[in-house]
Amino acid sequence: MTGDERLTRTLDVLCPMHILLSDTGEVIHAGPTVQKLRPDTPLEGKKFLDIFDLKRPRAITTMDHLRESAGTKLHLQLRDEPQTEIKGVLMPAPAEGQSIVNLSFGISVVDAVTDYALTSADFAATDLTVEMLYLVEAKSAAMDASRKLNLRLKGAMIAAEEQAFTDTLTGLKNRRAMDHVLARHVEWGTRFGLMQVDLDWFKAVNDTLGHAAGDYVLQTVARIMVEETRESDTVARVGGDEFVIILPYAHGTEALEGIGQRIIDQLSRPITYQGEVCKISASIGMAFHEPQSPQTVAEIMDNADVALYASKANGRATQTLYDPALRNRAMPALDRDSNDFERQS
Amino acid sequence: MHGLINRAIQRFVVDSYGADTWVEVARIANLGFVEFESMLTYDDDLTPTVLDSVSFVLDRGRDEVMEDIGTYLVSHPNVEALRRLLRFSGVDFVEFLHSLDDLPDRARLAVSDLKLPRIELQDHAPGQFSLICQSEIEGYGHVMMGVLRAMADDYGVLAVLEHEGSGEGIETISISLIETEFAEGRSFELGARTL
Repeated sequence: MTGDERLTRTLDVLCPMHILLSDTGEVIHAGPTVQKLRPDTPLEGKKFLDIFDLKRPRAITTMDHLRESAGTKLHLQLRDEPQTEIKGVLMPAPAEGQSIVNLSFGISVVDAVTDYALTSADFAATDLTVEMLYLVEAKSAAMDASRKLNLRLKGAMIAAEEQAFTDTLTGLKNRRAMDHVLARHVEWGTRFGLMQVDLDWFKAVNDTLGHAAGDYVLQTVARIMVEETRESDTVARVGGDEFVIILPYAHGTEALEGIGQRIIDQLSRPITYQGEVCKISASIGMAFHEPQSPQTVAEIMDNADVALYASKANGRATQTLYDPALRNRAMPALDRDSNDFERQS
Repeated sequence: MHGLINRAIQRFVVDSYGADTWVEVARIANLGFVEFESMLTYDDDLTPTVLDSVSFVLDRGRDEVMEDIGTYLVSHPNVEALRRLLRFSGVDFVEFLHSLDDLPDRARLAVSDLKLPRIELQDHAPGQFSLICQSEIEGYGHVMMGVLRAMADDYGVLAVLEHEGSGEGIETISISLIETEFAEGRSFELGARTL
């Protein structure tokens, strides 16, 4: 066996992607995996620079130049299709004038194994390529499972949010919950009182002290309303600074007005947030639902709204019990539906 | 227990016996839900309960069911990804056997919180091995029997496997290779497909 044969036999196992070059740059021997890149054309005898386009270092066109770049990383690309990009490094071979180039796919390996139908046997036993491909597949399988889970969780979250009954900022019931409670009481024929509570000057707090202060005020307001009502009552936040309190089995106007007045008194106390004093108060409109009456939920809500409107018009921090007469008092200066008392204050 | 393991049991039942059978299993096991999520963790007690329910619903012995799960994991087209990942471990069946010690670590590389039972291959004579499985899940050895049988087939190898019993959470499988080039086997290309 000649020295060349011994060398290439060893290299075929240690670096199956090597090429042995003559001093004039022709391929003397190509490792088995390199030959697999061009299975139909024997590489032996061809010029290395005819097979590969040297991308970096640039401007190398002769074998002499190539030999001078021994030891540096070569960026190569196969000239004909598929034009796989390949990394390489060249070093002088034991025989005078000859060179050995060892090649690697680098990051293009994922496509290369498909393009050339490579198997584990095409890589050296010590090569980590197969482990890397394992990881690529394993990670995409795991990512795929995670992505599916995320999609399902997102769907579940949207569904849960749609079904939620709680206002996340204050922990009070939301409008959806209020609609349910009202519908149930009307269905059962419960006598209940309804309060529409609207905060006065809240917009000013939000505008001058910021949303964080506004949020703090809303949370404080929520706590006060829960404290001042009974456990069987429902306190809901139905808009930015609008609240509804449902008081089932409310006995008489006095009891209702007692609760309303305590809420107004408590809310009129200054609330301190980070050293700043927030001054608000509340206007309340009240209405009753009589079990025997054919009133709809919308009508009861509207009654309370009319009463609230009267409170606002009366200079705020007041409460008003609904009376049909309130509807007859025309107040063209204020548009009740716009519910925009703050801006006019 | 990792959701992937529970999910594998679910997919085995659904793919082999249909979704209705699985719904029945979920009901008998009192899961309170039907779908296991691959990427969530479940109570450890749940897995044996589910396995017992599968065995009850199919009216088959638990060991038999476990071995079928192992075979399913390697051979069913719906879980081809797993077979491919296993084939990365070795060029031939013997190399695959020798890589089994690394199986839990390989699994952990892919999914960091997936803890597979420890297994150890012992070399007795050429073509004679035994596999020691150490698992909290009773019958894990039978799952490995199913996996090995299907993998031997995949590599085109004729092998005789025997479950040699269990004790103290350890199960032993004896493996005898009769012929290493028995059949063509299934091809394995590194980049055959993307998942």
